[in-house]
Amino acid sequence: MSQDHSHSHGPGEACDHGHSHDDHNSPEYIQKTIKKYLMVGGILFGGTALTVAMYFVHFNSVALTIAIALAIATVKAGFVAGVFMHLSDERKMIYGILTCTVFFLVGLMGLTLWAMNDFPFFTIMDGKPT
Amino acid sequence: MEIPYAVKPRPDTGLYNAKLGIWLFLASEVMLFGGLFSSYILLRVSADLWPHGMVSIPVGTFNTFVLIASSVTVVMSWASLKLGRLSAFKGYMAATILCALGFLGVKSFEYHAKFTHYDVWFKDSATAQKYFTAAYGEKGEEVARKQFVERFHLHNTKATYDANQVQLAGHLEGNPLFATLKSLVGAKKETVQFTPDAPHGTHDHPKPIEVKLSDVMRLSAYVPSHSTYFAIYFTITALHGLHVLGGAIVLTYFLLTADKWWKKNPEQLANRVEVGGLFWHFVDLVWIFLFPIIYLL
Repeated sequence: MSQDHSHSHGPGEACDHGHSHDDHNSPEYIQKTIKKYLMVGGILFGGTALTVAMYFVHFNSVALTIAIALAIATVKAGFVAGVFMHLSDERKMIYGILTCTVFFLVGLMGLTLWAMNDFPFFTIMDGKPT
Repeated sequence: MEIPYAVKPRPDTGLYNAKLGIWLFLASEVMLFGGLFSSYILLRVSADLWPHGMVSIPVGTFNTFVLIASSVTVVMSWASLKLGRLSAFKGYMAATILCALGFLGVKSFEYHAKFTHYDVWFKDSATAQKYFTAAYGEKGEEVARKQFVERFHLHNTKATYDANQVQLAGHLEGNPLFATLKSLVGAKKETVQFTPDAPHGTHDHPKPIEVKLSDVMRLSAYVPSHSTYFAIYFTITALHGLHVLGGAIVLTYFLLTADKWWKKNPEQLANRVEVGGLFWHFVDLVWIFLFPIIYLL
């Protein structure tokens, strides 16, 4: 087994975005990312507080309420994926895997929602299809 | 024979084996939770009535903060290894595991509260109104109706209210878990002591009332068979909880074997923690969407 402490992209090897990954192993770089992690942690805490605060604000539109809650969740998820999971600076192969995943996920969600039109809608008012 | 690229990245992909493996696994996880999320949307949009406020927002918010904190500590544990600080790694990893246990502890408290909380539906409107009056006094029907309206957020209350469909919510004597009408009748009980919930917006719990089982059409704890809402709630949150448990077990293994791996191959230890961390962040990411959908919307 190797005792090498180099970063996963390999010493001196160019990353997909051009710069050397030796930079990613330097204590200065790691220290900088630590600051970023803590900052993102703060943003996620703030985002959660904002989501809960928005719950107590009553909007007239249900669609707007749902859109705001999901928009905040998407931004938070973006920070987790981009910074904590290092997706803002990853290998092409991982982006390829995720592109396929997004394609199939959109297909899955889309087909399910499409099937919604097949439902007979009942109401408890009269118990008959409308 | 040594397995190639277990530690070093493969030159063409730039990835070591475990990192490629975890991303393929996470892709399958996205599809798993995606299927459940789309089921949730389908069930909810197609439902006549969908309850609201059945879970505690402060509890859910607390658990969200706990998971976010654990995401920060797990990434800090990886960064500590990269900086060559084994003791800092241990501290952050222990904090992550504590957060996981805290999350599961709170979740089990939530589940227990659901499993001991009951809804009772009566055989007909006249019987239901008799019990509403016994529970809440002269204005019993109005109180029960208000609770129904609040639970389902109805606007056209006159059109949708039907006493026969309105449940009386509360606790059974002795706080039994998972009791059913069948199990109570099977235990040769003819009546049960039932403590109704406080009227909406108050904390004044009414005195226990005696409910004749022969008057009851249905009695159910807040379990998956209670309603579509609880079926999908327990399916998604229990699956997520299992992921938290699985992640906590793997991270605990990393913590307990850290000394050995640090001496043997520190780079491999850092890689393992990175891969475990990726899974952990995914679990956090799923919860970020679950929290508003289940607790707030």
